[in-house]
Formats: sequence, structure tokens, C-alpha cells
Amino acid sequence: MSATDILLWGVLPYVVTAVFIVGHVWRYRYDQFGWTTRSSEVYEKKLLRWGSPMFHVGVLMVAGGHVVGLLIPREWLYAIGIDEHAYHLGATWLGTFAAVLTVVGLTILIYRRRRTRSVFLATTRMDKLMFVALGAAIGFGTAATVVEQIIGGGYNYRETISPWIRSVMYFQPDIALMDGIPVLFTLHVVSGLLLIALWPFTRLVHVWSAPVGYLVRPYIVYRSRDAQQGMREGRPGWDPVETRSRKR
Amino acid sequence: MRVMAQMTMVMNLDKCIGCHTCSVTCKQAWTNRSGMEYVWFNNVETRPGIGYPRTYEDQDRWKGGWQLTRRGRLKLRAGGRLTKLASIFSNPVLPEISDYYEPWTYDYDTLISAPQGEHTPVARPMSLLTGDNMAITWSANWDDNLGGAGETMQQDPILATMSKRVEAEFSQSFMFYLPRICEHCLNPSCVASCPSGAMYKREEDGIVLVDQDQCRGWRMCVTGCPYKKVYFNHKTGKAEKCTLCYPRLEVGQPTVCSETCVGRLRYIGLVLYDADKVLEAATVRDEKDLLDAQRAVFLDPHDPEVVAAARRDGIAEDWIEAAQNSPCWDLISRYEIALPLHPEYRTLPMVWYVPPLSPVVDVVTDSGNDGEDAPTLFHAIDKLRIPVEYLAGLFSAGDTAPVVQSLQRLAAMRAHMRNVNLGLEQDPLIAESVGMDGETIEAMYRLLAIAKYEDRYVIPTAHAETARELEMLGLDELDSGCSLDHEGGPGMGGPRFGSSSGTPLRATVENFHVLQERQTADAIDEPRSRVNLLTWDGKGTPPGMFPERESTPPPHGEAPGAPDPDGAAPPSGPAPSADPGPDPGPASLPEGGPRL
Repeated sequence: MSATDILLWGVLPYVVTAVFIVGHVWRYRYDQFGWTTRSSEVYEKKLLRWGSPMFHVGVLMVAGGHVVGLLIPREWLYAIGIDEHAYHLGATWLGTFAAVLTVVGLTILIYRRRRTRSVFLATTRMDKLMFVALGAAIGFGTAATVVEQIIGGGYNYRETISPWIRSVMYFQPDIALMDGIPVLFTLHVVSGLLLIALWPFTRLVHVWSAPVGYLVRPYIVYRSRDAQQGMREGRPGWDPVETRSRKR
Repeated sequence: MRVMAQMTMVMNLDKCIGCHTCSVTCKQAWTNRSGMEYVWFNNVETRPGIGYPRTYEDQDRWKGGWQLTRRGRLKLRAGGRLTKLASIFSNPVLPEISDYYEPWTYDYDTLISAPQGEHTPVARPMSLLTGDNMAITWSANWDDNLGGAGETMQQDPILATMSKRVEAEFSQSFMFYLPRICEHCLNPSCVASCPSGAMYKREEDGIVLVDQDQCRGWRMCVTGCPYKKVYFNHKTGKAEKCTLCYPRLEVGQPTVCSETCVGRLRYIGLVLYDADKVLEAATVRDEKDLLDAQRAVFLDPHDPEVVAAARRDGIAEDWIEAAQNSPCWDLISRYEIALPLHPEYRTLPMVWYVPPLSPVVDVVTDSGNDGEDAPTLFHAIDKLRIPVEYLAGLFSAGDTAPVVQSLQRLAAMRAHMRNVNLGLEQDPLIAESVGMDGETIEAMYRLLAIAKYEDRYVIPTAHAETARELEMLGLDELDSGCSLDHEGGPGMGGPRFGSSSGTPLRATVENFHVLQERQTADAIDEPRSRVNLLTWDGKGTPPGMFPERESTPPPHGEAPGAPDPDGAAPPSGPAPSADPGPDPGPASLPEGGPRL
């Protein structure tokens, strides 16, 4: 177990998680105004019409696959009748389908971003960094699936990576599990961790704003001017005069 | 009955000369910012014409507003909740900026810096989106005064519903201007379209606003609004719209567009309405009944029962009084000459229009007849079917009767007032023929023609009895020309870098000092900006972002939080790179000014 192993599989995940959580809390508290999809649809629609739904649907499938493959112990899946073979088939083929959607979608989106000048000019440095991390995570992940699972004999990450992730999650990181995993998986995990660390500081935060509340709220929203004090927050030292509450 | 108050505007189109002063002052106050270059909260369209954005009234294409389902239920034309969420990754009916127009500037620098040469240097137009040279092919009012209308007029969605024959003769006989702002509807489809719940209607005065902190940029409101009066700020990624200048209204001032209107054609006042009847009115079967249904939602502020109910529902005494004196109530419900724009969108819009009679008068006088004779004018209104039909297409879902009634009342007013002014014998038949009496006509004349400032704008102040809020309202205007603070969004405070972030800059004594400094300074202030690493776009070295170099004198005073300029390296404590400069937290102070 080298120092690198300990840093990568025993320290980095916790650093990344801390950055992820603290970063989100900070961003949510101090940057509500910057919290948006930063859509570029008003610049260009034709390519976006194809690329964006493909990418988003694909990446949601990929996320679901990761939950099933990494977080759910395989014994639980055995219990509901999904044996090793069935899982492997599903993971490989559904995963490949999702990967194709995601990769093609992302390619269209990146092409669009680069070639449509107004979109390119609206791209911040943070966006570019995010695209690198996202592209790396998706690229290595796809490569790992293709090389190891489709061409190769099939690498059983549910014996190594999955239990390692769960061990990290209950604060008993089992670094030895990650010994000798294929290099593409190593790259995928590391770039994925990098992406998670960048997450709160990029436009990716819009993921947490998925508007499911829209399904249940009344159509017309009313708000009182008084409730929001004319749109402005209060300032220390300028509280209105009022009787103090006797309740403590 | 649930009484609510709605701040309402009425525009008397007879008096609009199409000078665009309202648009320009509005632009200067609200949308002269990066990301909003193409946006006009107030625009003036020449009609017939295709409008801004182009053909926005064609709801088969743009899917704005509401429609009835076959079972008679109200539904968003662009689709309900599930459809919205399903199309959230790419909204198929969102207008692109090119549907408005590509904003541009000119390469003015060439005029000064071009080397000596044979030809006079020219400032070429440059796109504000791409920075490239561009050919200007359209703008917010490219077909102003029917310019190029021969090419584009057939795209006018209202004309498209009329017969082909009409088009050619139309532009020769009839033209008028239509100033448009947000309608602040009673049943706003933009609010209903917002997945985040960031858009809302204010309970107190009915103004429809976007909460800039909650908007997540899903863009459904832009599609939802049939008037296309919600815009996407392409820099901040947030929706923005006409605010009815609420910071001005709250202190009793009319909106910027009204205040600066050269023709004095705008009226602002309250209308009380029954909130329980809104949905019912928006759901009436026949589009042509929508106008009457909407009028039936309004409550007579002189009715003691209504006043009692208004008090019960918490409407302040001065607001009830303002509703009783409201010019809008008079024009809409007492004289019944104001009409809503496109009632068929079922949003119950609250900016109403007095249709223009003057084109009719022009036709009459041009043909050598008496343009102030009531029977002649009535005859002309009847005879000029095409303009009346067009106006009906705009203001009454195609029903000509309300338009004819408005025009006839305006014509009767002309005839009646001529008799009054010339001291001729009164002809009571003139007033009677349009269902009014002489006294009412004279009152209407005072409101429409004399149009005193205090009669046009009856605006009760908001009930914000705290020093802090009043101070902010005043300072907002002083600080930034209007209540919109620099780039970033309405009322969002503080200037920002990149795509903006942080919390609003609040007004207190510190701002007072900044103001004072700015007003007495010799040079234009550097943009005072709070920067954080997250959204800094990499351009320049904003003060406070990096530790200052020892040799460089500090620019414009000292940035707070920057290392002490006369000391060498900062003393112990945080390393220079960790120095965040201006505190990004809520308690941060504006830069560039001396502190207390």
C-alpha cells in the first residue's frame, strides 16, 4: 500500500466530499443569484435541440446505473433475483446505450459551444474547466466499459470498487480493495472525484434545482410585499422597533 | 368576494406620436446592461406591423398564454406541468435572440484611431453577441412608421386573419402606434409557467415580478407570456421583465415611461377586483365574451359594499380612496372606452388602450368633410370597416362592437366639445346617441384632453413605514439612476463580475459616503465591484482579488481588505493568496469609498 494509494483512496474521497458539501452550503447561502442553468438556448437552438436532451437523458441513466452498481450490495440484488449474469448483461448493454447517448450528446454540445461564436464567448473559464472534468469522467468511464466489459473479459468492479465506495461512506476506507484495479477505472474514479469537487463552483449546481415542486404547486403564485421587505433583506442595526418577545 | 387591488395602466393611443421617448427612458433606467442589450421592457410598435419580437402575436407558433381544453378547462397553450418538465432540457418554442434582433454597437474607436488615409473612417456595426462585424437587418422597431412594410406587413398576425385584399389598401389608410409594456395580468401565464416558482404576483398591487434569487433560468416564462414581455438575460441566465417601476410607484411616482411620455397619453391608477372571479372570467367559452367577463371582475370602488369588503380584506383607506379617484377605473368601466390588448390570450391583461380615432378623423378631413361633426364621424367609423376590424383583432378578440362603441364615444366627445368651445347650442342627441350625457362627456374630455398630471396618475404610496426601506428607495435611485443596480438584475444590488454573484448591496450610511464621493469626484468612478473567485471571468485584475504589488499605487483610494499600501507585506494572519479581498458575505461594504 503506497502513499499514493492512501492519498487517492483514503484521503481524496473525504477531501472531495468536504469540498462538495461545504462548497454547496457556501454557494447556496451566498450566491443564489449565480445559481442558474446559464442556458445558451437564446443564442442557438438547432443543435441544442438534439444535444441537450440526449446528453441529459443519457447522463441521468448513467447516474442511475452508478447508484445500482456502486451503492447497492450485490447480495441485495441476488435476493431479488438479479444474478451476476443478468446484472452484467444489463449493466453492459443499458450502460453502453446510456454512454452512447451521453457521449454523442456531449459531443454535440461541445461542438456547438466551440463553433457557435456567441455561445463560445459566453463560456466562462469555470465552464471550460468543468467541461474538461466532465469530459474526462465520461470519456474514461465509457472507455473502461468498452475496453474491460465489452472487449475484455469483463471486470467485476462489484468486488473492488463498489465495496470500496461503501467502505468510504461508512468511514472505514478499505484501501486494499483498490489494489490493482484497471488503469481506466482508476482514471475514471479520479476524474469523477475531481468533477465532484468542482461541482459546487460550476453551473452543475442547477442539477439540485430540478423543479419537481412545480408538479404540485398552484399555478399562480402570490407574494406579499411586506413579507420580503420590498425585495431587500434587513441590515444589522436597522431592525424595526418592536416589543420584545417575553418568550425565550 | 375577495377584494384585491391592481395597479393598472391605460394608454390613449390617439395621442401617441411614436416618439419612443418611453422606450428610451425605460431602456436607460432598466435595461442598459450587458445581457439585456436586446431587451426593451417598453417598446412602441407601428401597426400594422409585425411587432417585437417578430410575429409574437402568432400563438400557433409561439404558444403563449392560455387556451381552453375541449372540456372547457383552462390550460397553458405551451403545455401543462408534465409537458413543461419533459421539455426542460430544450424548450422547443423559446424565441432566439435573432427573433428579437441581434444587438449591436459601432466600432467608434476607428473614428479616432484610424490612420490618415484617403477615405473618411467609418464606424462599422459590430455584434454585441459575437464581436464580429455584422449587417444590421432588424431591430426593435425596424418597421417604424411602416418603413419597409411592403416587405413585412403581410407577416402581421392580425392582418393574416383578415382578407388578402385588405393588406394593400390598409397601409395607405391607417397607421397608428402601439406602446407596449408588461400587462401585469390578473391571470399571468408567465407566473404559471415558471417551474421554480420564482415569478409571482404581488398581493398588494398586482405587479408581476421575477425573484432574481430564485430564478433558475428554465426559460418557460418567456414562452408562457403571449406578449413576450418576459426576457432572458443571456449574461446572468435569469428572466427579467418590466417591473412597472415598482420602486417609483411605491413612493407615489408614476413609472418612467409614463413620467417621460411626451404625449401624456398614459394613465396609472388602481382597479379593485374580485380575486374569486378571475378564473371564472378567464374560462368563459366564447373569446368575444372575455372583455365583458374581465370588466365584470372589476369592482366599483364607489359601491359601499365593495368598500366594506375592501376594508375587511385589509386594503388601506388611502388605497380605497385612490381606487375611487382612479383614472383607469373611469376609462375602463365608467366611460367604457378603454379596451384590453388581446383578451383572447385569457391572461386578463391590465394595461388597457383607448383605441385611436384620429386616423378616422384624418380620412374624413382629407376627403373635405367636417371631422368634428358627429354624424359624419359615425358614418366614417361604420364605413371604415378595415381599420375597425384590425382594432378589434387587437383589442376585443375580433368583436367590432366594443371598438365601434369606443370610437363613437370619442367622436361624440369631439362633436360635443366643439359646440361647447364655440358657445353653440348643445345638442343632447350627440351624447345620447352614444349612451352618455353631456356632463359625463365633459368629464371624459377633461381626463383625456386636459389630462392634468394629478388626474393621470393617482398612485397611493406603499405602506412601508420603516426608515430603512424609505432610505433604500431613495438611495436606489440616486445610486444607480434607477432602482436597478448596475449589471446583474433588477434590484439585485451591487455590481458584479462575470455572471454575477453575491448578495445585494444595501443602502445605509456607507452608501451615502460613496454617493457623496461620486458626486464630488473629478473622474468617473471605476466600476465598484465585489468579486469572488467563483464567477470571476478572468478578465482584468479587479481590486481586492490579488494582493497589491508593493510598487503599484492603489487605484482610487484603497480597496477594503487589500493589504495596507504603506506597509510592506501584509502582517501575520492570512496569507496574501487567502485574502478574499472584499468580504463576499452579506455584510460586505461597497468598494471605493471611505468607510466610517
